[in-house]
Amino acid sequence: MDKLSHAQSELREMDALAAECSPIHALHPLCKLLVTVFYIAVTVSFPKYNFSGLVMMVLYPVIAFQVSGIPVGLCFYKLRLVLPLVCAVGLANPFLDHTPLLQLGTITVTGGVVSMVTLMLKGVFSLMASFLLIATTSIDAICAALRKLHVPGILTTLLLLTYRYIGVMLEEVTVMTEAYSLRAPGQKGIHISAWGSFLGQLLMRSMDRAEELYSSMVLRGFNGNFFYADISPFCLNDLLYTAVCAAAFLCARIFDIPGLLGSFFVG
Amino acid sequence: MIEFQNVSFSYDGTAPVVENLSFSISKGESVGLIGANGAGKSTIMKLLLGLLSGQGQIWVAGLEMNKQNLPKIRQTVGFVLQDSDNQMFMPTVYEDMIFGPRNYGLTKEQAEQRVDDVLNRLGLTELKHRYNHKISGGEKRMAAIATILAMEPEVILMDEPSTALDPVNRRTVINTINTLPQTKLIASHDLDMILDTCGRVILLSHGKIVADGSAESILRDRVLLEANRMELPFCLQGRHK
Ligand SMILES: Nc1ncnc2c1ncn2[C@@H]1O[C@H](COP(=O)(O)OP(=O)(O)O)[C@@H](O)[C@H]1O
Ligand SMILES: [Mg+2]
Repeated sequence: MDKLSHAQSELREMDALAAECSPIHALHPLCKLLVTVFYIAVTVSFPKYNFSGLVMMVLYPVIAFQVSGIPVGLCFYKLRLVLPLVCAVGLANPFLDHTPLLQLGTITVTGGVVSMVTLMLKGVFSLMASFLLIATTSIDAICAALRKLHVPGILTTLLLLTYRYIGVMLEEVTVMTEAYSLRAPGQKGIHISAWGSFLGQLLMRSMDRAEELYSSMVLRGFNGNFFYADISPFCLNDLLYTAVCAAAFLCARIFDIPGLLGSFFVG
Repeated sequence: MIEFQNVSFSYDGTAPVVENLSFSISKGESVGLIGANGAGKSTIMKLLLGLLSGQGQIWVAGLEMNKQNLPKIRQTVGFVLQDSDNQMFMPTVYEDMIFGPRNYGLTKEQAEQRVDDVLNRLGLTELKHRYNHKISGGEKRMAAIATILAMEPEVILMDEPSTALDPVNRRTVINTINTLPQTKLIASHDLDMILDTCGRVILLSHGKIVADGSAESILRDRVLLEANRMELPFCLQGRHK
């Protein structure tokens, strides 16, 4: 099945993206992690009617994507499956909240519409920031950074294995659907009667493989610490980046920048 | 170097997969572990690596298999998995190769030096920065062997190293195995390969040793092999008909 092997190679491509070079890639994983988490926290904390303030937050992902050389389009392409879900979250708002907020000619913009849009934007921005983190930092480096923050080794190992497990599972799905479709020519997808055994098989097979993979790590000395993920010490650049980003996010959150700009130009 | 004494193991607690097994392998020996599918070859390797534990005693490089010695034993024994896809989990060959050495405390420079040495020795320098998912099956198997060699083990275990390889790649792997000075234990039912790489053969059937002796004598014994669901190596078949 083409779609699956595609998904699988996309996952591998993320690893490849993370291995590229750019000023953002070169930053300390810990600082990228912190900035991302802080960005998401600030973004999510915007009040539901503060649309104009929230819009300013788009600057961070857009600028960071530019600097890291990763096309923004790629992000939306890779996230195409999740995005609709995130956007669907606020769909009910316009029906629930009829507070009139704005009068544009004959159209009244209600609070529900605005809050729907802000909610969607929050989701999309958060996804963009997370994507940026994953695309510029290897999963091992992220885990190593988490360990530096004293996140228990068991959790980071779990995170790492989950990431690898998804890859392994996709590979198994590919192989199994291929085997299935060869024996069920002309059939689209997998017949519902085979789902049970298919899923069971899939779980068993990918678990076996994941176990092998984990033993391969353990046999080469892995003990929950990420010595191998090369992390240079936290340097001035990292500190600066973290500080500037954090300050910028805070400003965008506290001050009404679009309003200030507006009054500056309009007088 | 390796010693098994009355080792038994079963997965489900009832039917033994390995039964009362005893054998020893001296330093520098190259031993083929042969037997039909399900004979217990992989299980023996996992016991030797402490991935499974059963009854009886196992010694590796003078260390008894137990919890304290396990890290040391695993550092001594390199295991080339049957499926290289499961072995190579980092994005690039280089990252995979430094994984072990880095975990064992080498600096980045030292680890990289080892990687270069090993790749040079195997003639694989061009694989260094390639992505694991973009190299061929043969290259991947060679890279998997290289990852293990980068850890400088004293003992090398290989589980079916010639499966899924075309004749040229298979030959490359065989030649590489023959250049390795370490103690080797190779599980396979590719008897031609065993004949080319091992001086001694242990024949297993249902978790028990049926024969243990020189590769020449066991691999020529048509009756013995056929009784254990195997055939003479192809290269010997003509001469015995
Ligand atoms: N994880 C497992 N759980 C239960 N039984 C297993 C497991 N792995 C192997 N076995 C059984 O143990 C026996 C020996 O398997 P194995 O050591 O893999 O054989 P070989 O490598 O010689 O083909 C087989 O009968 C197999 O069915
Ligand atoms: Mg096996």
